Amino acid sequence: MSIWQKHAIFEKNSIVLVVGILVVVAIGGLVEIAPLFYLKNTIEKVDSVRPYTPLELAGRNIYVREGCYLCHSQMIRPLRDEVERYGHYSLAAESMYDKPFQWGSKRTGPDLARVGGKYSDEWHRDHLRDPRAVVPGSVMPGYGFLAATELDFQHINDDLKVLRLQGQPYTQDMIDNAAKDTATQATTDAADADDVVKRYPKAQVRDFDGNPAKVSEADALIAYLQMLGTQVDFKLYDDKANIR
Amino acid sequence: MANALAAQKKMTIGEGGLALTFAAMALLCIVIAAKAYTPEYAFHAYLFTAASVASVFAIVNRYYNRPAEPAPLTIDGKPNYNMGPVKFGTVIAMFWGIAGFLVGLIIALQLAFPALNFDLQWISFGRLRPLHTSAVIFAFGGNVLIATSFYVVQRTSRARLAGDLSPWFVVLGYNFFILIAGTGYLLGITQSKEYAEPEWYADLWLTVVWVTYLLVFLATLWRRVEPHIYVANWFYLAFIITIAMLHLGNNATVPVSIFSPKSYIVWSGVQDAMVQWWYGHNAVGFFLTAGFLAIMYYFIPKRAERPVYSYRLSIIHFWALIFLYIWAGPHHLHYTALPDWAQTLGMTFSIILWMPSWGGMINGIMTLSGAWDKLRTDPVLRMMVVSVAFYGMSTFEGPMMSVKVVNSLSHYTDWTIGHVHSGALGWVAYISFGAIYCLVPWLWNRKLYSLKLVNWHFWISTIGIVLYITSMWVSGILQGLMWRAYTSLGFLEYSFVETVEAMHPFYVIRALGGFLFLCGALVMVWNLWKTVNSAEAEETAGLALAPAE
Repeated sequence: MSIWQKHAIFEKNSIVLVVGILVVVAIGGLVEIAPLFYLKNTIEKVDSVRPYTPLELAGRNIYVREGCYLCHSQMIRPLRDEVERYGHYSLAAESMYDKPFQWGSKRTGPDLARVGGKYSDEWHRDHLRDPRAVVPGSVMPGYGFLAATELDFQHINDDLKVLRLQGQPYTQDMIDNAAKDTATQATTDAADADDVVKRYPKAQVRDFDGNPAKVSEADALIAYLQMLGTQVDFKLYDDKANIR
Repeated sequence: MANALAAQKKMTIGEGGLALTFAAMALLCIVIAAKAYTPEYAFHAYLFTAASVASVFAIVNRYYNRPAEPAPLTIDGKPNYNMGPVKFGTVIAMFWGIAGFLVGLIIALQLAFPALNFDLQWISFGRLRPLHTSAVIFAFGGNVLIATSFYVVQRTSRARLAGDLSPWFVVLGYNFFILIAGTGYLLGITQSKEYAEPEWYADLWLTVVWVTYLLVFLATLWRRVEPHIYVANWFYLAFIITIAMLHLGNNATVPVSIFSPKSYIVWSGVQDAMVQWWYGHNAVGFFLTAGFLAIMYYFIPKRAERPVYSYRLSIIHFWALIFLYIWAGPHHLHYTALPDWAQTLGMTFSIILWMPSWGGMINGIMTLSGAWDKLRTDPVLRMMVVSVAFYGMSTFEGPMMSVKVVNSLSHYTDWTIGHVHSGALGWVAYISFGAIYCLVPWLWNRKLYSLKLVNWHFWISTIGIVLYITSMWVSGILQGLMWRAYTSLGFLEYSFVETVEAMHPFYVIRALGGFLFLCGALVMVWNLWKTVNSAEAEETAGLALAPAE
């Protein structure tokens, strides 16, 4: 009986109850989250993952804006069928520059973690405009307005500045040239394409939406989709080196 | 004489300070609107400006119309309860409930018939889905929680709600947050964190509202006449405090500019995933569970006119539930790039969580000991008891789905959606409906218009729930099995789109289930409308408790 009576201290003092609740609910989160920041094996060591180019970042922000993550995951699990369907299972390192992460929780549509390079730009263009034109059974909404909408990137360097503030390795050079790089990356045979590739290794530079008249939101989104999952060269990646 | 009285009336510090703060905010927001990076953000800044100006007007107007003395705490020795904010919260909860169910039905139909997206950005699935989840969880559920908590804390403390303007600030400010969040989704303003989609400025506003909510709740507890804090209030307190902690952790963002709606979260990749599901699962655990358990602990004993089954069980239930829930987040990330140790911890605690969940269920259902006959005669009580039964079912299903092998099949499929809805429709919505069926007659001092209609509501929506969850079980398991099916030659048997096509009939059945649920809720609105607009209580004849069959 005594132990039940001791509980009265919580029932009679609201502040004791508040402190009790705070302590009890803080523990689980601390134990599960804090170690992820200092355990070195949380994120695999790979050299080739770089931060997003300004155009890819703008495309990613459109992906976020349209809620693509609600139907498409970006996380291939190490299960036989998934690896065969989508490719090598996803590494933590591949989303180390993702703010916020886009792993998703539902696959109404297929996983997109390695969609980069799987389809042509034309396919993406047609598919975004009218999904059922290329995949008859699809239930995806059409996103024709993306190709018709001019991409707003006049403040894109502000985005890079915030990401640098949060620790991403953007240089002053990258920030100063952010708007210029956005337009350049969306242009086929651009004069300063090499500058973009020098700043962002393996960046793909071309007119993604097939409309040289403008840099559209479709340009940005397709640029983002075409780079997804392409940064790590799995011919060189050693699974065993990163056993966790 | 009248002049002398008027001269004594003084504006309180709260009134003056709040009016000045809102005036300053109106000025700030008009500047932001003028310099906003996007028209959508400018629209929100204008909404903030309009709301601030309206608040200043409302505060000044209220000052001129109110008596000089503040409302007394007691009248003739009885507490002078402040039920205005409770009434407001109850009414607007029903409004948001209907809106949320309707949007749910629309997106269910969009999945079955994609032409219904009309290829318009504002109403495409990706933008409406967060509108649906936020409308039902935060707008409907949140208003039910705020309204019932303000009711329960007053009644169980036998004290008037603390604060003069602050309870109104909480209910109105919270609903303004809903307005900003909801319009934001339609306009494409989202940070893409599930159940935490609103951007930085909406999050800041919610933080202010939520801290005020905590203070009003605590200050009311400090006025209590009863020495003991009633068990329902423990759960409300845990809900308010933990949601504050989760909200701050999961929305730690840096805005691109004060003139931009866009922000970037300080966490990234795997850590962000863990923080998100620490938040996401405990939005379930504390918003949709702890808060509604508080409703269970007050309204079921009250309606059944029986004491809570076991006081000791409620102590164990409370501490075990809030301690264990926090750990369960990683079960949303099984087989992902989250380290295995975290996944295993998440799974282990999710399974242990089954015990306090069922402890709570037993405590709720067994409260009917000696009053089981009321299930036949009182459909309101039946609704609440069935809600606790649904709670028991989903809190068994949840731990089962958190087992890694089960999860490897169920994850990414509709099974998860079905699981969520057995909890959300069966448990959260039913206990809310039950509480509102109790509250409206109490608050407006009327007799409930028709118990027969409650019975209709119960059966229509129960059939809806059953259709919903069974169709999602079948489609989820079917899709999971099709993804991993191999031919005898060792090739994957189905392309992805074949699995999408196989879902179609179940998406239609699900939409039908949602439609029935919406119809039930509309019956409820009609019933409540007739209740509020009927003559004062006790006068209406011929509506005594009758067998509900």
